[in-house]
Amino acid sequence: MRIKLDRTLCDGFGMCGVYDPETFSIDEWGYASLAAGAGEVPADREADVRRALLDCPVHAITELSRGHARENRGTEGNR
Amino acid sequence: MSGPPGTASHDLGVAYPGISPRLVIDGARAEDIGAYRSRGGYRPLRDAEAFVCEVEESGLRGRGGAAFPAGRKLRAVRAGDGVPVVVANGEEGEPASVKDRWLMRHRPHLVLDGLRLAAQAAGTGDAHVFVSDPGSERSIRSALEAARKDPSFGVEVSIARVAPAYVAGEETAVVQALNGGPALPMDKPPRPFESGVGGRPTLVANVETLANLPWVRRLGAAGYREVGTEKAPGTFLMTLTIRGRAGLYEIPFGTALRDVLAWLGEDAGAVRGFLMGGYFAGVVGEHALDVPLEYDTFADLGSGLGCGAVVALGRDDCSVATTAAVMAYFARENAGQCGSCFNGTAAMSAVLQALRDQRAGAPDLERLRGWSTGLRGRGACGTLDGATNVAAALLREFPEAVAAHLDGRCGICAGAGPAAAPPAVAAMPAAGS
Repeated sequence: MRIKLDRTLCDGFGMCGVYDPETFSIDEWGYASLAAGAGEVPADREADVRRALLDCPVHAITELSRGHARENRGTEGNR
Repeated sequence: MSGPPGTASHDLGVAYPGISPRLVIDGARAEDIGAYRSRGGYRPLRDAEAFVCEVEESGLRGRGGAAFPAGRKLRAVRAGDGVPVVVANGEEGEPASVKDRWLMRHRPHLVLDGLRLAAQAAGTGDAHVFVSDPGSERSIRSALEAARKDPSFGVEVSIARVAPAYVAGEETAVVQALNGGPALPMDKPPRPFESGVGGRPTLVANVETLANLPWVRRLGAAGYREVGTEKAPGTFLMTLTIRGRAGLYEIPFGTALRDVLAWLGEDAGAVRGFLMGGYFAGVVGEHALDVPLEYDTFADLGSGLGCGAVVALGRDDCSVATTAAVMAYFARENAGQCGSCFNGTAAMSAVLQALRDQRAGAPDLERLRGWSTGLRGRGACGTLDGATNVAAALLREFPEAVAAHLDGRCGICAGAGPAAAPPAVAAMPAAGS
């Protein structure tokens, strides 16, 4: 599983960091970034990461298709 | 070769001695198409693949600040999935820099020729020029009218004008604006070279980078490399502000700031340090006087050459006050999108203002130190990285000044009034046209 976290959308709910603190690094104000290399999710983390993805209130986490990074085609796909 | 600069308040467009200038020309007026053609411009490109190889071998690096190899970017866009788009990025958000505006106002055909070459090399006829400066827009528009009359120009160029903003020239902000959205950065992936304008592979190149392409075309990779250094071939445009006076100079990579100051008749002994890379790399001490000006040498110091904007700090300039002013700018001018950035820049700015006012304590400083490393990479664009660079640079380069502020011993800041604005090039004289 490959994921993207759009930090321009993150509103700092911090739920992802509760589900998987090793993938989602939370700053002192509650905003998330992916930990280094965490865009590639190992199989044993997938369940937690998927739960974070589904529960993110602002849908800041998206799953990327394998092989290329063309999920967000310009503005339209990013909103 | 141009002579030494005169005593005008702005020395704009002067070449360093001993080089044959590539980017600057004499005269206050914009170069017209006849003059540009007579200098060898708008030569046809017959073999796009060979040209991309030449650009790769030339070692040309992006002049917008990131210094990414131009040939690699061009190759990626050419090899991308779909018909590419190329964008000349002239939105110079950096307040200490004037070089992009100078180039567009004075050498619009050099920029358009570079854009044309980039488009043809990428395999497309679709190009954009992205600007905020009205004078630059007028200059490019008028040059484009002249260039289009020659059918061999071969590229459809549209001009997009946006409101000026620090973040508006970031490459994903450029893409988002051209796609009809706000000129605000987007998080990655995808990068524009993968999916940009209209979802197509997009080359977003700084106008100075593009202005070098006609020279690669004319000189070939080996000829291009005859000036500059192995890792930073060619020349670059430096916006140098010293004693409140801004100048624009074409300098060969590898030159030391001490030599630039000597050429300009400035006293290096009166310089306490520099603000490097515009606001992006923060302050550096006077040891930078003898470091060859190129991307890697300054990166090795923990500093950066960035877009080539350098502000000299005099003996009456306090490194803490300058840093605080720049951080206040970041706190105000960030895109307001990423929480780590709008919170982090505000927090770092608050500590630096307190330090500048000599009322910060050791715990404040430790928090600043923590943010200067811990917030790195936590924003969608480079703004937060610039802000962390600025904080880290002060702590690294001027520990004695920081200590003096903790102890209330800074004589410069003791009698200072409200915080001053950061160094910026306030205005550029309009080019005649």
